[in-house]
Amino acid sequence: MASAVSSLSRSVSHAARPLATRDAAWVRYTLTAVALGFLALFLLLPLAAVFTEALRKGVAAYFSALSDSDGMHALKLTLLTAAIAVPANLVFGVAAAWCIAKFSFPGKSVLITLIDLPFAVSPVISGLIYVLIFGAQGWYGQYLNADDPWLPAFHAWLVERDIKIVFAVPGIVLATIFVTFPFVARELIPLMQQQGNDEEYAAVTLGASGWKTFWKVTLPNIKWGLFYGVILCNARAMGEFGAVSVVSGHIRGETNTLPLHVEILYNEYQFVGAFAAASLLAFLALVTLVLKSVVEWAHARRIASDVARAG
Amino acid sequence: MSRSHRSVIPGFGLSLGLTITYLSLIVLIPLSSAFIKTAGLGWSEFVDAVTAPRVLASYRISFLASFAAALVNSFFGLIVAWVLVRYPFPGRKVVDALVDLPFALPTAVAGIALTAIYAPNGWIGSLFGDGTFLARLFNDGEAVKIAFSEIGIFIALTFIGLPFVVRTVQPIVEELEPEFEEASASLGANRWQTIRRVIFPQLLPPLLTGFAMAFARALGEYGSVVFIAGNMPMRTEITPLLIITKLEQYDYAGATAIAVVMLVASFVLLLAINLLQKWSRRHHAV
Repeated sequence: MASAVSSLSRSVSHAARPLATRDAAWVRYTLTAVALGFLALFLLLPLAAVFTEALRKGVAAYFSALSDSDGMHALKLTLLTAAIAVPANLVFGVAAAWCIAKFSFPGKSVLITLIDLPFAVSPVISGLIYVLIFGAQGWYGQYLNADDPWLPAFHAWLVERDIKIVFAVPGIVLATIFVTFPFVARELIPLMQQQGNDEEYAAVTLGASGWKTFWKVTLPNIKWGLFYGVILCNARAMGEFGAVSVVSGHIRGETNTLPLHVEILYNEYQFVGAFAAASLLAFLALVTLVLKSVVEWAHARRIASDVARAG
Repeated sequence: MSRSHRSVIPGFGLSLGLTITYLSLIVLIPLSSAFIKTAGLGWSEFVDAVTAPRVLASYRISFLASFAAALVNSFFGLIVAWVLVRYPFPGRKVVDALVDLPFALPTAVAGIALTAIYAPNGWIGSLFGDGTFLARLFNDGEAVKIAFSEIGIFIALTFIGLPFVVRTVQPIVEELEPEFEEASASLGANRWQTIRRVIFPQLLPPLLTGFAMAFARALGEYGSVVFIAGNMPMRTEITPLLIITKLEQYDYAGATAIAVVMLVASFVLLLAINLLQKWSRRHHAV
């Protein structure tokens, strides 16, 4: 559903417009002012507020808030979560795009819709479903408490190590994987469909193996789309709040990611600390936007050079 | 393209197998657990759980605030998309990139930032304090409460839905053929008639798609809303928050029943969006 998220395939053209299709100057200025005013109010102001509030008590207070040990732990957990969720969804995204773009099979459009499903689900529900499965009352909890469990050796191992899924790190990782599930796949599927199979046919016909074809032919063609999907996936993985909030259990210094740490500090009225941690995430968001623009630019240039070569 | 089993490209079994296994483990089985859990509830219990007065009030506020936010985003999003494509101005690229900020900024950060701005002592909240000009204009001089009220929810949902309309309408504005506008002008239409009769009908399908996407996203939104909403039961408690409240009270069945209602609503919206996109594509191909 969030196809609006990705816009790599957007074309950019700014030819001089014929007179008849131009708007009067006052229309142009008014609409531009309305658009910029709306964006300033809704985008620039919140961004400015984050940094202003973070620096309200001065630079020293800002940096001491940042170096807080719970905050450091939250940052580490956020990085760890993204480091697992992004590669997992990357491998899945490539596999999904490969089978959908390179082959035809019945039920393909259903598969594409199912891949998009996590975008349609409320973050809160994304967390809830894992609590239902792995919580004390869920399937996993019932299995752990069973008197006569299935696979006793595995059961003993789980009990002995006290393996917890929800209200622990694995649940946070799972919920994050769920909410970032479609990002890479939905970027690669249309891109690979558009590129067709001719180059892969040529490679395979000339005797290249499947892996070699993928690494030498397909990957160079999709690298910008891949990178684009990874950037979006990573931003959401590091920033997810609702889903992670449900499965984390909010154990300080243990199961708090950076966004959850922001919430805890804020609810304890430690505003400088909350906004200092928030400023890190806001900075990350800005880096994401810059990288995204760079990839869009590189992609547009590649298309332009392809067109020039074809012409 | 040949049928899968005759294709010379290898890896069909491996990639499809991996895709379906991963999809089932991460998405399908967990999602089905919500429906299985609810099936354990009797029908009348289920109806009671999802139609309790507090639950109905949460549907109402979630629905109305999401609808209002999507409507405002449709209006301004259309203007933003039009301006970004048609009226070059210095810094256009930066503004264009910034439109995606609500996708990139973690919702909790957006939530506390908006609360800071619209709280009674915030940059904008203070403009609406007791006896201020704006308070006299809108509320007989009494302070207008923005944060911790329905208006706050609406503002947060407007923020997170902002990119959807812009990003669905913008590519269509880019691809509008100037020939149509020239033809319309040369046949004697004035600019306003051209906009209303020639341009707008082409932009309507993506506009509706963007509206539906912003609405769907707003319905499920949690992080940016909880800080600014005030979270008063019956008044400013959105449905996702109610699910969390029930979970914290260990009312798993109640939380899941509400979640199932929301899931069904999102699936219906997803279907509507897919149909709108199909219509949009067909309309655009003409």
